[in-house]
Amino acid sequence: MRSADYVIKRGFFALVTIFVAITINFFLFRILPGSAVSDLSRVPHASPKLQHALTVEFGLDKPKWQQYLIYLKQLFHGNMGVSFTYQQPVSHLLLADLKNTIPMVTVGTVAAILIGVFTGVLSAWRRGSAPDHVSTHTAIFFYAFPTQWLGLMLLILFAGTLPAGGMSNPFVLGTEPFWQHIGDVGIHMLLPAATLMLTAYGSYTLVVRSSMLETLGEDYVLTARAKGLPTRRIVWRHAVRNALLPMITLIALELGFIVGGVLLIEVIFSWPGIGLAMYNAIGERDYPMLQGGFLILAISVIVLNFIADLVYFRLDPRITL
Amino acid sequence: MTTLPAGEDLALAEGEAPRLQRGGFFLRVLRERKSAVVGLGIIIFFIVLSLVAPYISPYSATQQTCRVYAPPSSRHWLGCDDGGIDMVSLLMQGGRISLVVGFAATFVAMVIGGGVGLLSGYFGRWVDASLMRVTDYLLVIPDLVFMTVIAAVWGASLLHVILVIGILEWTSTARIIRAQVMSLRERVYVKRARALGAGNARIIWRHIMPQVGPLIIANTVLTIAIAIYLETALAFLGLEDPTVTTWGTILEHAFQRTAISYGAWWAIVPDGFMIAGLIVGCFLFGQAVEDALNPRLKVANLSVRRWRLRPLVGRGSDAI
Repeated sequence: MRSADYVIKRGFFALVTIFVAITINFFLFRILPGSAVSDLSRVPHASPKLQHALTVEFGLDKPKWQQYLIYLKQLFHGNMGVSFTYQQPVSHLLLADLKNTIPMVTVGTVAAILIGVFTGVLSAWRRGSAPDHVSTHTAIFFYAFPTQWLGLMLLILFAGTLPAGGMSNPFVLGTEPFWQHIGDVGIHMLLPAATLMLTAYGSYTLVVRSSMLETLGEDYVLTARAKGLPTRRIVWRHAVRNALLPMITLIALELGFIVGGVLLIEVIFSWPGIGLAMYNAIGERDYPMLQGGFLILAISVIVLNFIADLVYFRLDPRITL
Repeated sequence: MTTLPAGEDLALAEGEAPRLQRGGFFLRVLRERKSAVVGLGIIIFFIVLSLVAPYISPYSATQQTCRVYAPPSSRHWLGCDDGGIDMVSLLMQGGRISLVVGFAATFVAMVIGGGVGLLSGYFGRWVDASLMRVTDYLLVIPDLVFMTVIAAVWGASLLHVILVIGILEWTSTARIIRAQVMSLRERVYVKRARALGAGNARIIWRHIMPQVGPLIIANTVLTIAIAIYLETALAFLGLEDPTVTTWGTILEHAFQRTAISYGAWWAIVPDGFMIAGLIVGCFLFGQAVEDALNPRLKVANLSVRRWRLRPLVGRGSDAI
């Protein structure tokens, strides 16, 4: 009963937030003076037929409030208009880009979480020692530098040894076996994922450290120690589990920041993902692409936040409504 | 815990406003926390540097004084950029505009965030419910992406960058101020003022504002760090006015004009250290003030913003 209530409540919040994002999107792009931004049908060099089709599809000749309803309806069917640059449906283009972004972000974020947890636990365990100081200061160091600067640094340091841009070697694509292609992509992914890891891991370290310090002061840790369990076991099996709870909230909160970082990282390493697509759209004044990219990223973050809420709820029985 | 003024609880019980000598408070923070001194020192250093930059900068920040991407030398300590402009002069000039953007955007964010927090916390009920709902929604939408889209539609200009950062970075401030105001509203001295017939405006201005003042200052300093960070990101995406020089556009130019294939690390490395230096300074000072204000915060695990995560300060003698 309790869980059903909670899921419905959080789910409702997520849905409303998505709705708000969509509405902002509509107002930002359509209720602006000047048809360059607001007229979806003004695809450069488009045939009159395409322009007419878009005008009818999105009701561009109708009043704004009607346009809004039509926009919602079209969006529901996955129609985001036609890219000004590529003259293809925005949703197709962006979904292809999203497929490239997801692996890179996942690898970078998971690496950041693993390193953050490890260094955080170590710091708390050896509190006040040299390793603690080194790991917290390193975390703050990486935490303060701009994402794009860290990316450029990696580019300077590894430009000769690792691929510096793109997602795969353009000269061998398509002919080599599948596993070789994966390896190729993996090597290309190293620098962008490492940049993401460096910008994100610092806050995980710091949060895990403080959360661990708190947990290590709990009575059940004392009990475990009194039972004569080895320290290693107490730390990793007893304390870490509880100390990691705040991480779920933090990961959800950091998502917005990570998505922003993706925008910058994909530009630096020309990773053909959604961030690079948005960057190109800025330069080309390709407003439908920009609009679509924002919407997809916003909805991804909202949905992942919702999932994080549910996971937290599942793990922590103390949550009350 | 020992930093709390003695007898505060007693004063509260008698319905007095907790005494908070403003100058005294900050002096105490500076005396007791090394990180506050370091942070404030860094901030003052950058402000002074920006003010005197036109007088001490060795070369012009707009005219060519050496070879394109000339390496560091005794005459040009940090080398030159792609236009043959001295990097030291460029960094000083960039710092001026970066600071202006940081301060101006923070001012906008503080007016909105402080206002929303005050109204929401003080009036409660539907005011609170509706304002916090808006805040919650904005909090979830990824901020840099949102800013990018708005700035792209508005067009690249300094004013737009300031406004975009200002109108989207106020959410965490609003929540923190709201929490503080909600607790202040229930204090005896506020209730007594109300019983004596003070109006809402007077209570907020005379009795609530002085108490949240230091918290707002701590938040302002932290928001400056975020604003400068976001400015560099927006500049990197090409959304900054192309005619101005900021720390953000210096990075962007170095990247766009292939400083890396020239091996011109001097066009990139010092700039990052300037940004990070100022951010760490703001962070240390803001955090120290916040901690001094609310010792309880020290044990909280995390709060809403990236720059406001608690554990940086540790506990007691363990503080970093």
